[in-house]
Amino acid sequence: MEFKSPITIALPKGRILKDTLPLLAEIGIELRDNPDTSRKLILDTNIDALKVVLIRATDVPTYVQWGAADLGVTGKDTLVEHGGEGLYEPLDLQIAKCRLMVAGHPDASLDGQRLRIATKYVKAAKRHFAAKGQQVEIIKLYGSMELAPLVGLSDLIVDLVESGNTLKANGLVPLEFVMDISSRLVVNKASWKMKHETIIALVEALSEAVDG
Amino acid sequence: MNSHKHWLLPEGIDELLPAQAMQLEALRRHLLDQFSTWGYELVITPFIEYLDSLLTGAGKDLERQTFKMTDQISGRLLGIRADITPQAARIDAHQLCCEEPNRLCYIGSVFRTRGDGFSASRSPLQIGAELYGHAGVESDVEILCLMMETLKSAGVENVFLDLGHVGVFRGLSRQAELEPAQEKALFAALQRKAVPEIRALGADFDLEPQLAQMFVQLAGLNGKAEVLQQAREQLAAASDEVQAAIDAVEQTGQLLQNHLPDLPVHYDLAELRAYQYQTGLVFAAFVPGSGKEIARGGRYDRIGEKFGRARPATGFSADLKTLMRFGQMPRPAAPEKIYAPWQPDAGLDQIIRELRNRGKTVLQELPGQAGDAHSMGCSHVLVREGGSWKVQLLAEQ
Repeated sequence: MEFKSPITIALPKGRILKDTLPLLAEIGIELRDNPDTSRKLILDTNIDALKVVLIRATDVPTYVQWGAADLGVTGKDTLVEHGGEGLYEPLDLQIAKCRLMVAGHPDASLDGQRLRIATKYVKAAKRHFAAKGQQVEIIKLYGSMELAPLVGLSDLIVDLVESGNTLKANGLVPLEFVMDISSRLVVNKASWKMKHETIIALVEALSEAVDG
Repeated sequence: MNSHKHWLLPEGIDELLPAQAMQLEALRRHLLDQFSTWGYELVITPFIEYLDSLLTGAGKDLERQTFKMTDQISGRLLGIRADITPQAARIDAHQLCCEEPNRLCYIGSVFRTRGDGFSASRSPLQIGAELYGHAGVESDVEILCLMMETLKSAGVENVFLDLGHVGVFRGLSRQAELEPAQEKALFAALQRKAVPEIRALGADFDLEPQLAQMFVQLAGLNGKAEVLQQAREQLAAASDEVQAAIDAVEQTGQLLQNHLPDLPVHYDLAELRAYQYQTGLVFAAFVPGSGKEIARGGRYDRIGEKFGRARPATGFSADLKTLMRFGQMPRPAAPEKIYAPWQPDAGLDQIIRELRNRGKTVLQELPGQAGDAHSMGCSHVLVREGGSWKVQLLAEQ
């Protein structure tokens, strides 16, 4: 692939990075630095014009929206919370797949009045219960949602469920499906227009890598 | 520690200090003079209006963006303008009532309840020009040329132009007989070029496969001029409305090529921007380093109708403060200041008056003030020599 314009890709540390690197490798992009050992935040790749910045997952849409990175990879859950303003999300990378679920005690009721819902995913949770015509109290947490029903902080939680093992270990079960989650390629609007050829080539190559 | 935060401004509200203010004012005057040479007449629209008329023909987005308050006299809701374009359209449709093409321009602060994404400003200084009474692409091209001229005057370089047309999506929606809620959902997905979602929505709405496919393809119809040919092929089964929209974009691009052969033009048929009031061509200017457009505009033929008279309309607007940030304007030189002593002397008063009439800046000392000519930034002083007052260069200290 030919890079006519310099490109910066924002990647979140952790699982998404681990799943994205093989896709990038398939289209001929490899990191020069090892992300596990390097302390650098801006990583070089085998292509001079292409840099990778490593940031927190929730910051990826912000970096891309402001044009600090041209592209990024982020979970649909993060995108829903961010709102996706100023971004294109042309491609589902089909990685880091899981489901956003309502979970709680096995005998918990889903229909109570003013249920208290603990979640990191405030917008998605609000939207889900509003669509059901149900008024709920959302309690915003930053992690360990499973704890909330155990200590009486909330009636239910809305959280990502992959294997369900964490829920199970805490005596909770998934109760209701909210949405499928996977990682998306996001692109800055101005970059899309001004670095069109390079970006389109990247998106197409990645799209083929995903299908292949 | 400064425990009193009285100096703090609300989020997204800013102010300009003398050096910036002078630069902005110089640009403002220059642009208004330029608009005038193109025949665009200045209008000064009210800062507040009845909310109903302020939001006439505009969409939900503008309603959310508008600060509201109650009029103590009429008991009605008033809105603080968040966009001057509909106000200019009201003036053209209701106050001026001519049949000939009408050209208006404006500049003024607008206020928004939320900053929109990249520019967190809630108080842009909106400058723009609108052309009423001509429905052809020629008027769109005139507005586009004026927009590019405006950017050039502001010293903004490396501009990319993005051209689109709401008729493509609108035509497809009509052809698919979408309900308003469905149209809204597809619109939102298309704005994000979220191809997987567009595909899912097409299946949800039970669209004919051919139509569903055209919506998906629309998300990919962006790039250089070849994309229009591609659009004709991929949207061959679309209605005449869609074909006319593609024609209009192509004609605009060709005419623009004659006027501005070096301008890089990017076509994006899925870019709709202010979809709710726009009716035809839409366009925006981008520059490297800005994550979003720095000037935008398009055709909005229906707003006038709501004010009693349908008039074709096209225009553009930008935030002058943003233009200044991205422009390489030479800083206007600060004027040379002349320091005058404080003395009850008719001769001194006389020369100060003369100097000021000639456009010189004269600062007169205030009795007992702190600092001297030098610390007040003056390069010259007025001194008495013999019987008369003379301007003398201040020796370097």
